Amino acid sequence: MDDHWLVRATTIRRLWIAFAVVLVAVVLADLAIEHHPYFGLDGTFGFGAWFGFGSCVVMIVFAKALGAVLKRPDTYYDS
Amino acid sequence: MTASLVVPPAVLLIGGGLVLPLLQGWLRRVAILVLPLATLYLIWQVPDGIVLAVPFLDYTLALVKGDALSRLFATIFAVMALAGGLFALNQKRTVELSAAFCYAGGAIGVVFAGDLLTVFIFWEMMAIASTLVIWSAGPSARAAGLRYAVIHLLGGVLLMAGITGEIANTGSLAFGKMALDTVPRWLILAGFLVNAAAPPFSSWLPDAYVESSWSGMVFLSAFTTKTAVYVLLRGFPGAELLVYLGLFMVFYGIVYAILENDMRRILAYSIVNQVGFMVTGIGIGTEMALNGAAAHAFAHIIYKALLLMSAGSVLYMTGKRKCTDLGGLFRTMPLTTVCGIIGALSISAFPLTSGFISKSMISEAAGLAHLEVVWYLLAAASAGVFLHAGVKFPWFVFFQKDSGLRPPDPPWNMRAAMLFFAALCLGLGIAPGPLYAILPFAVHFEPYTAPHVVFQLQLLLFSGLAFFLMLGWLQRTLTITLDIDWLYRRLGVVLVRRLDRWVQTLRSGLAAAATHGARGGASWLHRHHGSDGILARTWPTGLMALWTTLILAAYLVLSYW
Repeated sequence: MDDHWLVRATTIRRLWIAFAVVLVAVVLADLAIEHHPYFGLDGTFGFGAWFGFGSCVVMIVFAKALGAVLKRPDTYYDS
Repeated sequence: MTASLVVPPAVLLIGGGLVLPLLQGWLRRVAILVLPLATLYLIWQVPDGIVLAVPFLDYTLALVKGDALSRLFATIFAVMALAGGLFALNQKRTVELSAAFCYAGGAIGVVFAGDLLTVFIFWEMMAIASTLVIWSAGPSARAAGLRYAVIHLLGGVLLMAGITGEIANTGSLAFGKMALDTVPRWLILAGFLVNAAAPPFSSWLPDAYVESSWSGMVFLSAFTTKTAVYVLLRGFPGAELLVYLGLFMVFYGIVYAILENDMRRILAYSIVNQVGFMVTGIGIGTEMALNGAAAHAFAHIIYKALLLMSAGSVLYMTGKRKCTDLGGLFRTMPLTTVCGIIGALSISAFPLTSGFISKSMISEAAGLAHLEVVWYLLAAASAGVFLHAGVKFPWFVFFQKDSGLRPPDPPWNMRAAMLFFAALCLGLGIAPGPLYAILPFAVHFEPYTAPHVVFQLQLLLFSGLAFFLMLGWLQRTLTITLDIDWLYRRLGVVLVRRLDRWVQTLRSGLAAAATHGARGGASWLHRHHGSDGILARTWPTGLMALWTTLILAAYLVLSYW
């Protein structure tokens, strides 16, 4: 029943391709502009990209680990 | 403008809120829209300095004192009351909007308060009104509302203790920048931080706000925490502690929101996250950082209300609030989806939205102040915001999977409120000039430079990539995540029950011992004084005559001795 154009496999593949192109483009944009880093690491090539990706992975893994300890069924406080 | 002509803006909104239940039909609708607009007019009539003072005991209360910072916060509070009122026009429960207007009026009262006691009066008014907003959702919100009230009354006690101490120390009620050098000032700071949802009191916010109605949470998201940001800006700019507390709040909000299943609780955690950015800015304390914190509070109220209007519309139309029950709503709720996405992009500080032009001032201030670790953490947190709110909220509510739900967009007034705030999010993002013009300090900052825009796009888009690559790890489950409130919602209950059992045991033991003792006493009495007891027995008259004779004889003998 789900035949909306946005959820078709071909659309999703195209969206991924477009996304990938945009990702490459914003990293390559670093070649064209001059950054003014405050510190040092923030002046490395594609800093926003690898730092953003890396910190998200760390946060997700940390959240997952915390969840393993602190997650409870959502009826926990009802009883 | 002379002082005598000033009508306190707070009084109009609070008075209006109290009259609102008496009005019906179109009159009520008109009043809901006109009251915040009239309040907004009054706000901009307040000049700099004290304009209304009344004597109280040996002191003078400065009920209305204006400056740029006061007017900035009061303006956004009044705009929020207007949009929230429009959104809530078809809320059946009359008490909610009345309480919400008193709540907004209380917030405006705090930001125009020229002394600590006036701050306290309006502060407590907000606590009461906001509790009523939560309670107006019905019986399901009763327990959460009570927990909320208790925490805020505790915060009020800390604040009052601090204020009385401050008056005793300095003899002054003045509310200005305070150095953290006395116990009362620490207490005042603690009272403020409770309302800011700073650790260890962060959990009241996601606990209580989500139990409010579909429209109630839109109001709740705006006033309490942002009033706390205001008083911190006024009282404790540059307090280093706030940098660390703010950074903790930023990551606390992200991590808990990643794990959350309730769509509005995701947004509640992200309030703590966003207030964390502001608190960090206040802790940095430079003019740019303070401007950033103030601008971010202004922008945040708009996009957070927009996000909650979008979530509230979903709740209103479907009655469902869990990500696991939702998904695929973009098909039949296109306007709600688009407005939700605009709110999500704004909270993520995407270029051309309001979050970009405000949050980047705080990061820039950290960079200029050479706070290296703070700057890196704020950058990581910016990516994290896109992860937990920017992508996660729209994805799980409007896309994700086909939940089979086919609700239409909500009624016209709710759509209009969303469009209004979506337009403001984009308008402020594209043309930040008018907002920069009303900030407390002159702005020397250009958000749209090529390196900054490219950096932000890299940060956010690769955060989005991380989200979709790790989607399997982010699938929602029917779970909650324990927080500090476990101490009083579970451990406290268990301890009280156990104590109750001990008291019961002790009491029944004492009762048994008492019964036993009483029985023993009674039988002893009975043995001696009962009908056959030695002391109650009847003796023959002859025996008595014999004893009398013997005693008299003994007396006679003794008298001759």
